[in-house]
Amino acid sequence: MKVLVPVKRVLDYNVKARVKPDQSGVDLSNVKMSMNPFDEIAVEEAVRLQEAGTATETIVVSIGPAKAQETIRTGLAMGMDRGVHVQTDDDLEPLAVAKILKAVAEAEGADLVITGKQAIDNDYGSTGGMLAALLDWPIGSAANSMSKDGDALTVVKEVDGGLQTVKLQMPALVTTDLRLNEPRYASLPNIMKAKRKPIEAKTPADYGVDTTPRLKTLKVTEPAAREAGIKVEDAAALVDKLKNEAGVL
Amino acid sequence: MAVLVIAEHDNASLKDATHKTVTAAAKMGGDIDVLVAGKGIKDVMAAAAKIDGVRAVLGVDHDSLERQLAEAMEVVVVGLMDGYDAVLSPDTTTHKNYMPRVAAKLDVQQISSVTGVESADTFVRPIYAGNAMATVQSTDAKKVVTVRTTAFAAAGEGGSASASDSAANIGDLKSEFVSEELTKSDRPELTAAKTVISGGRGMGSGENFKLLEGIADKLGAAMGASRAAVDAGFVPNDWQVGQTGKSVAPELYIAVGISGAIQHLAGMKDSKVIAAINKDEDAPIFSVADYGLVADLFKALPEFEAELEKAGV
Repeated sequence: MKVLVPVKRVLDYNVKARVKPDQSGVDLSNVKMSMNPFDEIAVEEAVRLQEAGTATETIVVSIGPAKAQETIRTGLAMGMDRGVHVQTDDDLEPLAVAKILKAVAEAEGADLVITGKQAIDNDYGSTGGMLAALLDWPIGSAANSMSKDGDALTVVKEVDGGLQTVKLQMPALVTTDLRLNEPRYASLPNIMKAKRKPIEAKTPADYGVDTTPRLKTLKVTEPAAREAGIKVEDAAALVDKLKNEAGVL
Repeated sequence: MAVLVIAEHDNASLKDATHKTVTAAAKMGGDIDVLVAGKGIKDVMAAAAKIDGVRAVLGVDHDSLERQLAEAMEVVVVGLMDGYDAVLSPDTTTHKNYMPRVAAKLDVQQISSVTGVESADTFVRPIYAGNAMATVQSTDAKKVVTVRTTAFAAAGEGGSASASDSAANIGDLKSEFVSEELTKSDRPELTAAKTVISGGRGMGSGENFKLLEGIADKLGAAMGASRAAVDAGFVPNDWQVGQTGKSVAPELYIAVGISGAIQHLAGMKDSKVIAAINKDEDAPIFSVADYGLVADLFKALPEFEAELEKAGV
């Protein structure tokens, strides 16, 4: 079973996003960038499948600028076999990303694609679902756990009311939620080893995908700020304020 | 212009998220129809027909729609889109599961979790966990939109739309429902509750969440948690409030032992009144709280419950 994991280079989750003064977007100059946390979980799951002998080959792909190679190297250091870098300086929308990933999945003959359930920059949460639809594959979204049984994949999904289990025919696509696993830290020897693993260089044009954006960003602004309120002395004062001042009890 | 709104329901009853999505659709202008896709949905259809501003209710009744499987929903919605310029759904897990499939099949870029509708093609949506708001204009012929329902008021009920059954053309699917483990609770649903009380890592253990129960009972509150508390295994995943969990906007949100990480704030900062109990006076939660109590929660919670009792709550 070949497993393909797409990863995205995003603003590190510990860094607060700052809106540019000209309202054109979020300032990404001179800030720490990392692999999207949900994608890290996807990489970890693929590596575990390989360690368990379920996956025969694991491929990590990233679509983005030259520096996206660093993100691919992170995946390789965690244990993925090889990388594909589709280089573009444009900030592609999920639809274009899904179209490129479809072509990559087909070229690689992937049996399973594991994606993060959302990227923490644009928060669309749509790439996985779009890719599954374009491939005409079934999907297990927001996976809490997964197991392969013959040609079927059982996925326990996190849903609003609790957990739901679905059975998918392979090939299939799974999107990861936070509880699927805890990603490992790459060890120094593995980081060194990853430097020698191959990364294939591609462009969106190689796959014949039109990446023209469908959405025009008119402006990006700071959210309405919420004013800090007051500190109260004790529990009695808190109840009094909530009841008599705010009127919410 | 015609807009299709997809109903949120559990086959037995229609959920409030539907009414809120109708409000968002109304801001786009044009006729609004509601799709109820499920199994044994007569009551849900009747309820949807009462929503103000709805022209017609379409019901699609099929076994595979009982759990609204992604592939089945894709087929149903895409099949209806010849007659519509836009499709809107709440951004709950049910709809997040298939809306991207619909968008891809229509060759449209989905606009996710909108908190504002400026016009028929322009929407406001949070990005970077709500640390920035993007206003985007779609150039696609059809719009595929999911709605952050906490940002919209519910449409009223006084309408009398027509309701009709629509045929489902659902073939063999590559996925099947196996089982479901839903958290059973007598408390209100987290996203619909008027009051929410949430615990964080500071609660220390799942056992200690019992300290919140008596208060939740008195206030008729739903119980929630921060990601840290869920990751630590204190409470089930479906309690999580935050950017990657649920968004809530109750009248009163009480945060206990929650530091106030950006990703948690993104899920609750639209609450009308926020109260916070935390022993760290520099905790970021206090920067958004209307009322902050700096105290050890193990001492403050029993006192808070006793004071509620005294105040006749």
